[in-house]
Amino acid sequence: MSITMTIDGMEVTAEDGSNLVDVASDNGVYIPTLCYTRGRPCLGTCRVCSVKVNGYVTAACAMPVSEGMTVDVSDPEVSDMRQGLVEILFTEGKHNCPSCEKSGRCELQAVGYELGMLVSRFPYRFPVRDREVGARHIWLERDRCIFCQRCVEFVRDKATDRKIFSISGRGSNARIEIDIELADAMPPEQVTEAAEICPVGCIIEKRVGFDDPIGQRRFEVETLRERATARSTDE
Amino acid sequence: MNKKIESILQRYSSDRTRLMDMLWDVQDEYGYISDEVLPDLGEGLKLSPLDVRETASFYHFFHSRPAGRHRLYLSNTVIAKMKGFNAVYAALEAETGARFGSIDDSGMFGLFETNCIGLSDQEPAMMVGKVVFNHLTPAKVRDIIGKLKAGQSPEEIVNPEGIPRDQLAYVEAMVESNIRRKGPVFFQAETDINALLDSCLKRHPEELILATTRSRMRGRGGAGFSAGLKWRLCREAEGDVKYIICNADEGEPGTFKDRVLLTHSPREVFAGMVIAGHCVGSVKGIVYLRAEYFYLKDYLESQLQQMRDDNLLGNNVLDQGLNFDIRIQMGAGAYICGDESALIESCEGKRGTPRLKPPFPVQQGFLDKPTAVSNVETFVAVARMLDKGSRWYESLGTTHSTGTRLLSISGDCTAPGIYEVEWGTTLNHALRMAGAEDSKAAQISGPSGECVSIRQDGERRFCYSDLSCNGSLMVFDHSRDLLAVVRDFMQFFVDESCGICTPCRAGNVDLLHKIDLIMAGKGQFSDLDDLVNWSRIVQRTSRCGLGGTSPKPILSTLKKFPEIYQQKIRKHHGPLLPSFDAAAAVAGYQQARDELLQEDVE
Amino acid sequence: MNKPTAHESFSHDLPRVALDAATLAQRGEKVKVSMIGLCGCWGCSLSLLDADEALLGLLDKITILRSSFTDIKRIPERCTIGFVEGGVANEENIETLEHFRENCDILISVGACAIWGGVPAMRNNEVDLKDCLREAYVNSVTAPAGAIATVPLHREIPRITDRVYPCHEVVKMDYFIPGCPPDGAAILKVLDDLLNARPIELPTTVNRYD
Repeated sequence: MSITMTIDGMEVTAEDGSNLVDVASDNGVYIPTLCYTRGRPCLGTCRVCSVKVNGYVTAACAMPVSEGMTVDVSDPEVSDMRQGLVEILFTEGKHNCPSCEKSGRCELQAVGYELGMLVSRFPYRFPVRDREVGARHIWLERDRCIFCQRCVEFVRDKATDRKIFSISGRGSNARIEIDIELADAMPPEQVTEAAEICPVGCIIEKRVGFDDPIGQRRFEVETLRERATARSTDE
Repeated sequence: MNKKIESILQRYSSDRTRLMDMLWDVQDEYGYISDEVLPDLGEGLKLSPLDVRETASFYHFFHSRPAGRHRLYLSNTVIAKMKGFNAVYAALEAETGARFGSIDDSGMFGLFETNCIGLSDQEPAMMVGKVVFNHLTPAKVRDIIGKLKAGQSPEEIVNPEGIPRDQLAYVEAMVESNIRRKGPVFFQAETDINALLDSCLKRHPEELILATTRSRMRGRGGAGFSAGLKWRLCREAEGDVKYIICNADEGEPGTFKDRVLLTHSPREVFAGMVIAGHCVGSVKGIVYLRAEYFYLKDYLESQLQQMRDDNLLGNNVLDQGLNFDIRIQMGAGAYICGDESALIESCEGKRGTPRLKPPFPVQQGFLDKPTAVSNVETFVAVARMLDKGSRWYESLGTTHSTGTRLLSISGDCTAPGIYEVEWGTTLNHALRMAGAEDSKAAQISGPSGECVSIRQDGERRFCYSDLSCNGSLMVFDHSRDLLAVVRDFMQFFVDESCGICTPCRAGNVDLLHKIDLIMAGKGQFSDLDDLVNWSRIVQRTSRCGLGGTSPKPILSTLKKFPEIYQQKIRKHHGPLLPSFDAAAAVAGYQQARDELLQEDVE
Repeated sequence: MNKPTAHESFSHDLPRVALDAATLAQRGEKVKVSMIGLCGCWGCSLSLLDADEALLGLLDKITILRSSFTDIKRIPERCTIGFVEGGVANEENIETLEHFRENCDILISVGACAIWGGVPAMRNNEVDLKDCLREAYVNSVTAPAGAIATVPLHREIPRITDRVYPCHEVVKMDYFIPGCPPDGAAILKVLDDLLNARPIELPTTVNRYD
């Protein structure tokens, strides 16, 4: 059933119940996301897609659209909140872009660029985190984990559907664990898929380093914003 | 497969949703949940060892390393700290030989801090295994540790008369109930459960729901959702199987009214659940009981059994055709499991991570079936209301906040305990009843609520449109350092955050550090602006009510007691930021050099 | 700052040859800029040089006082802009940054090291100061055979700090240009905005963290 709603004052028609991030991007409005991927269930963990819906701040990825909904993406207050969340992520972990294999293809970095982040308003913590290197093909660089849960939810053992990545601990002591036995059984395509699913440089394929020259890396060729709103420009 | 693990699996029919109970049994057997048992447990439940660890590592009382034969958990609430916590803390370390957070050399004692265990009216207090000790002093600590060393069990020490665990007397000998003011709704002991259930089961569910809705009964946990509406929605939800869950997690610091209700009115609670089951069309009830109330479990089980024997539970209740039974699910130490969706996750044997809403539990709850989760006090209030009529109930309280509510009052007052007050009662009146004098501030609804000024807000009323209190009322007099209280509350939220979303997991830590900075005299006025800006981000973007309320201690004290921050801001001179301590930054060099050269010599 | 002893003098106190009046007058109209590298690799300053011929236009508007290019070692008069690369890793960095804050209207943190600590900050919380000193002075691979390990402690050799600090955690910084190093174009854009009193805006095409 088709419904009408507004996004930043612009009237938009969409299918009732469809995902707000998708509807926005199909209409040329970029809502930054980190844990959400189109086509996969919503995780609602990063909160970077926060927008105002009918005056209330909510995560756009978890919001099915409905008739008459008023969405405010560019509202300064909620825009600052989105930026604040990205800034928190940069200081919570240890994000050394100059030495990171994922630089140029990293979604956290790309969202930082889109929001115009220059420095974090939060104190840089320099946490000490163990890296997990026991798996044969995967290096888990926990310094960079943003706890999006994509790996936990979407990377499964082909034979048993068991989780290969899981979360242990609670709160600020939580961390991602990798089941080494199951990880070693992953076929090479799945290893690459896992490294791709990870939005940052936490899940790294061993023996694959920097493969694209600066200037030709994924988000330099086409920015996150361009990718997100590509469908709207096609029409 | 390890025989002990195998028998534990069999005990719960290898039901993956009973993982919490299995982990308790494992820990009771071995003292902790080691990596060695995970593969066997996982195999029996078709989970990987890490899946099992995922659940086990979430809860405060589940240990993955040896935690001592006797595990002692000292409650570290702000109230305890007002009543001698520090001396008890020191005595525990001295007597056991252990440091907090670890075990002693012999492995006999593990000392841990824990958040509120529901005994704010009798603190300092601690859990030892599954029993509790209240009104602690260094002398009492010496006595208890001495007896443990001499070979007595915690149960023997706390229950020297050997009262059977399933009796009310056992509970009453261990903890005080301190019902200071009761009536007309709670603790009346006049309800004939048999007659009440009989009459309710004869009435149509729609009629009962209507009566509940008309009485304006609202949930007695933190959220205050209309009880009647919740049961209506659950009734109307599509599903062949539905569940009634009683939220007995009572994790909000300073709240202990549910403990006392479960102690003195358990049947009213269970009757309320049966009535709810009848209303929504459910046959299964679960009481999610926090681990801190383990000592109530056997008594509650015996009450349930008696109700079954009296045909008030089970098949064909009172021959009226309703099948409804209740089981008790233990928690394992997680404040977030007071959130209804996190509670449901825990009931399913998983981490207590709040779910995304919609869908709401009334549509998709326990095992994705329609589930109505209500607070202990709500069930009792509904039972009493239906017993005496909704008009009686509506005559109490105010127009929009009908009835009465239980307050758990603690802190700087001569008579801490349970007070039943009509909605509409003023804060000053409650404080007078509890013997609070020279009061400066009151924390309404625990850390997730408001800090109010007695001078400014004393005449405000307890009602849903003003002081909407979830039962916890902590009182502070003029001698208390309110900023230290705020700091304590922020530490609480950092400890209890589930960690699944960015603002709460990370933002609360930054707020805590900022408070520490200000308390150390290293803040400037822009830091106060930061507190507000960061608080708003955490509050508005968090995924659940924990992050949605965690900045409130800061925001409400900035509003009511700005001087506690202002007086810490010192005028600073020069270009260096007050938060930067140049002397401290270079002080480590000399020491590092000296130690290094010492090593080199050796 | 250590005061010079009887047989010491600071180079910035040495007598200077006076400039001719015309050059002085011309310089007097330009915006004064000072530059420094704290605990950095000087790559950000080099990146400014990478602007190549665009520098000429810039130099029509600014005059650089203290910097490694001009070899002026103290800020001789109040500057409008202070260009700071590198983070704070020793007490001399602290003093220098203080000096810049006191003598510049605007301070810019240029590059990763100034903004969050950069590569030197990799030791924060992970590597003990003792281990750093041991690596540099005791187990040094370039020490002559048989040399006695000497860990410096002298009034003229700055003590290393417990951790590396971003500049804005030591003094107030006004603007930030990320990058390791930032592209010359990014630095020019910020300077250009400042010089023309426009709001600072770093377009997505030049904002980089690596």
